[in-house]
Amino acid sequence: MKLTMRTNSLVTAAAVALVTMLPIAGFAGDTIKIGVAGAHSGDLASYGLPTVNAAKLVADELNAKGGVNGKKVELLIEDDVCKPEVATNSATKLVSQGVDAVIGHICSGATKSALPIYKAAGIILISPSATNPELTQSGDYPNFFRTIASDDMQAKAEVDYALNVLGVKKIAVIHDKGDYGKGLAEFAKGFIEKSGKGEVVLFEGVTPGAVDYSAIVQKIRQSKADAVIFGGYHPEASKIVSMMRKKRMDTIFLSDDGVKDDTFIKVAGKDAEGVYASGPKDNSKNPVAQAAIAAHKKAYNSDPGAFYESAYSAALAILNAIEKADSTEITAVTKALRTEKVETPVGNIHFDERGDAVGVGFAMYQVKNGQYVEVK
Amino acid sequence: MITVKEVKRSLLVSLWFVFLTFPLMVIKVNPYERTVSWRWRNMVYVAIGTFVITLLAKAWFARKEKRMARQQDSCHLRLPIIQRILQKPGYRNSLAVFLLGAALAFPHLFSTYQANIMTTALMYIVLGLGLNIVVGVAGLLDLGYVAFYAVGAYSYALLNLHFDLGFWTVLPIGGLLAALFGVLLGFPVLRLRGDYLAIVTLGFGEIIRLILENWNAFSKGPSGISNIPRPGFFGLEMSLDQAMIYMYYLMIGLLLVTIFVVNRLQDSRLGRAWLALREDEIACQAMGIDKTRTKLIAFSLGAFWAGLIGVIFAAKTTFVNPASFTFMESAIILSIVVLGGMGSIVGVILGALILVLLPEYLRALSEYRMLAFGAILVAMMIFKPEGLIANVRRSYCYHGKKSNTALKNDE
Amino acid sequence: MDYFIELFCSGLTRGSIYALIALGYTMVYGIIGLINFAHGEIYMIGAFTSFIVATVLSIYGFPLAAIVVVAGVAAAIWSSAYGYTVEKIAYKPLRHAPRLAPLISAIGMSILLQNYVLLAQTSDFLPFPELIPEFSFVEPIAHIIGSSDIVILLTTTVVMLALTFLIKFTRIGKAMRATAQDRTMALLVGINVDRVISATFIIGSALAAIGGLLIASHIGQINFAIGFIAGIKAFTAAVLGGIGSIPGAVLGSLILGLTESFATGYISSDYEDVFAFSLLVLILIFKPSGLLGKAETKKV
Repeated sequence: MKLTMRTNSLVTAAAVALVTMLPIAGFAGDTIKIGVAGAHSGDLASYGLPTVNAAKLVADELNAKGGVNGKKVELLIEDDVCKPEVATNSATKLVSQGVDAVIGHICSGATKSALPIYKAAGIILISPSATNPELTQSGDYPNFFRTIASDDMQAKAEVDYALNVLGVKKIAVIHDKGDYGKGLAEFAKGFIEKSGKGEVVLFEGVTPGAVDYSAIVQKIRQSKADAVIFGGYHPEASKIVSMMRKKRMDTIFLSDDGVKDDTFIKVAGKDAEGVYASGPKDNSKNPVAQAAIAAHKKAYNSDPGAFYESAYSAALAILNAIEKADSTEITAVTKALRTEKVETPVGNIHFDERGDAVGVGFAMYQVKNGQYVEVK
Repeated sequence: MITVKEVKRSLLVSLWFVFLTFPLMVIKVNPYERTVSWRWRNMVYVAIGTFVITLLAKAWFARKEKRMARQQDSCHLRLPIIQRILQKPGYRNSLAVFLLGAALAFPHLFSTYQANIMTTALMYIVLGLGLNIVVGVAGLLDLGYVAFYAVGAYSYALLNLHFDLGFWTVLPIGGLLAALFGVLLGFPVLRLRGDYLAIVTLGFGEIIRLILENWNAFSKGPSGISNIPRPGFFGLEMSLDQAMIYMYYLMIGLLLVTIFVVNRLQDSRLGRAWLALREDEIACQAMGIDKTRTKLIAFSLGAFWAGLIGVIFAAKTTFVNPASFTFMESAIILSIVVLGGMGSIVGVILGALILVLLPEYLRALSEYRMLAFGAILVAMMIFKPEGLIANVRRSYCYHGKKSNTALKNDE
Repeated sequence: MDYFIELFCSGLTRGSIYALIALGYTMVYGIIGLINFAHGEIYMIGAFTSFIVATVLSIYGFPLAAIVVVAGVAAAIWSSAYGYTVEKIAYKPLRHAPRLAPLISAIGMSILLQNYVLLAQTSDFLPFPELIPEFSFVEPIAHIIGSSDIVILLTTTVVMLALTFLIKFTRIGKAMRATAQDRTMALLVGINVDRVISATFIIGSALAAIGGLLIASHIGQINFAIGFIAGIKAFTAAVLGGIGSIPGAVLGSLILGLTESFATGYISSDYEDVFAFSLLVLILIFKPSGLLGKAETKKV
């Protein structure tokens, strides 16, 4: 008896604590709750935090204008450290807090493990950075949307450029064994073989963080490749490029938007000159993008980080859809996402049946004089 | 309490740390703009911080020494309060009933999110108990335990993908497959001693992960396998919340079974053989214990539990990829066992709760989270090297001429 | 044939770096029987310290020779200081604790040091200044072996010789060997065992720091996480050669480096690490205490 009484008083205490905390959290039903999930700590935090900033800025801007259909936008921010097992915890937490839609997750693996939870709860997920093709192409996740082009589109852009513009025949495809890098490399290999114009002379993975890459670089030379297509992130890319130049190889180096990062140029220094990388279309002339970047500079006094623009677009797109649908119910919002075009930093977009954004694309860039310049 | 000499020594220590942390804490260079910023303020923080910490640590060690001096006689060792409770069957049983009641009521008192985290913690408890058989009881240092966990997880993912087998069918298969891997690995390497065994198991863990990462045709490579179904309950359709709570109760059930089995094993002939093997291999062989067989059983039993939890892991996250099975995971499970107190079941439970729930609740510390985690691991080991709840060895004391009955210390 | 020589050279370079780190593992293990998991972080701190010192000096316009010397010395000093402090904090209080307690403490230390550098500095990759100039005489063979490879090989050889001399002929070296053989006996004949252990950590850390400096300037970049993989590999190498044995650590490292290089070159880099670890398992099955390790016989 005593025991139950104690539990009761505990529950009461907890309830009282909850009630006193409520005013800070806002009243349920009166706000539109948007979850923001992704890596906000750990070694991948730099990929996740810009999304939080973008969501905050969009929410503040809309709230200042009176909210969406008269309701304030409230953000619930959850860290998943890009780990699938943690992502399910974050997702459950967001669902149990009653979110209406989620911006995130950042990494494809975490997204895949979290999606079934959102799907079961009837919640839409819109990701600024999960590029794994399966997410939209498998048809398993009708509640998934993204404002970034998928890996296969990017691989296609790279391969087309290498074969048709640069006119190379022998290509070595190297990847970092990761979800993103290897997936991209496999698409690239497939496209090269299908085109019939080129030949994959080497297809191999390197271990990220390995002491050095000279053996694999020797192997690239041995394969007599005209060009290297690398799938992965900039630390490995700069190591391989530097090692190639050290070995006096002038093989063309093409890579992806994991490498189209200014850090790559800074770290690789003069070795970066001439490297090609694909990345999202240059939006610097788009007024919405200019406004988004200006807002970030004003609020945080720094340049926005990775995926900022696509996150900003994701936030705009989902809130626009909720406004147009005048509801947070999943079928209505899904319909609005598919039909209502919206002006965003990545262009005037809407979404196709599978959830990919129509209106975003890739462009090729080349490092010239220490800067990425778009090439045709 | 604190003498001048100690203050002086602490000052010296803090000076040393100022020197030690100088290049990393004070200087920060920007190699692109070629500027150097000198952050002298950090130096002051380091000085004050280390001074205070040193003083506190010194006070703690002084107290510990005094206490040790007071109880020279090992038979009159004053046990910590938890152990005194555990040793009285009456207290112990009521505590167990209370904990069980609390555990059963937990998902109804708190949100699904809390239940979900708790399910993760329960999984680590079982993993810890499994590894405890290998490391704590049999004394075989295994740094690649996560490999068996991966075998379990992937056997569910793959069997479900290719043959559409359900959770309940794969659960035993996953466990047995992991145990088989345990035997396969154990057979050649178990004649290695201590740390050689450690590095070979570490290598084995890495090999398994690398194969899963590279062999796309078999395991779908780094992009992993998604859409793994959650466990069913006689074909009942469950909502997400129900499925999670069901998962929680499933884990509670599995945990109870594990505790029961491990507890019984420790007192069995086999358990005694493990303990004896841990203490002295040569004496063991002289007594006629089959060394290889006994070790293999320990190894494969540990692997079996890892396999079971692997299957549950796959069902819980509904997604597996090789990134979940890194060496860090093995290190965390090992830390659970050592931190809790090797060989002690209650210790392992406590260790798992601390190590799994700590990072979850340390989220408030955000970027300092892992720093704190590392520091806590070190501090725990320094202050309680035998673990939170040391496994009290059975010991018999002879009480002089007062009586000639031997008192059992344990139970 | 050229290809073979190229792979051989890159294997040797890699092996030399492993050797510099593996020595720290093997020496510490030989004396206190502990797998010092934090040793990889000491190597990282050595590399980071030399990065900071070298960059600061180059910003203030010092000549290259001075930068190399000062950065090298600073890296060695601070790494040793960290090694020494880590031993005093995390291992010394545990000398009589259960066998696994120091191991967990070491894992904790490794996490702690990694995150300390992450927070005190940055998580980004940073460009390491080019400390090894491109020698003109290397130019004709630059595609086979670069000047940094040559410097790494030479430095490692010199360091190994110096270490052998230290262990064989100096007082502290003799004391170390005595302690490694039998700690209690060493105590009895009047060796200050605590000091010997500290010296072991200091020497091991200094070697790792040199390795860190060399590899960072070879690959030209650095961040806080480089210690982990290098540490694991070096430890594997130490075990391969027979942990506790100094020539064994060098031999094991070279074999590991060459295996990885040839496996990448002739088979596939996908399974580079699988080959490395399989080799380890194979060797240990046939020689359970490593290539040059002493077989442990226990008298009853």
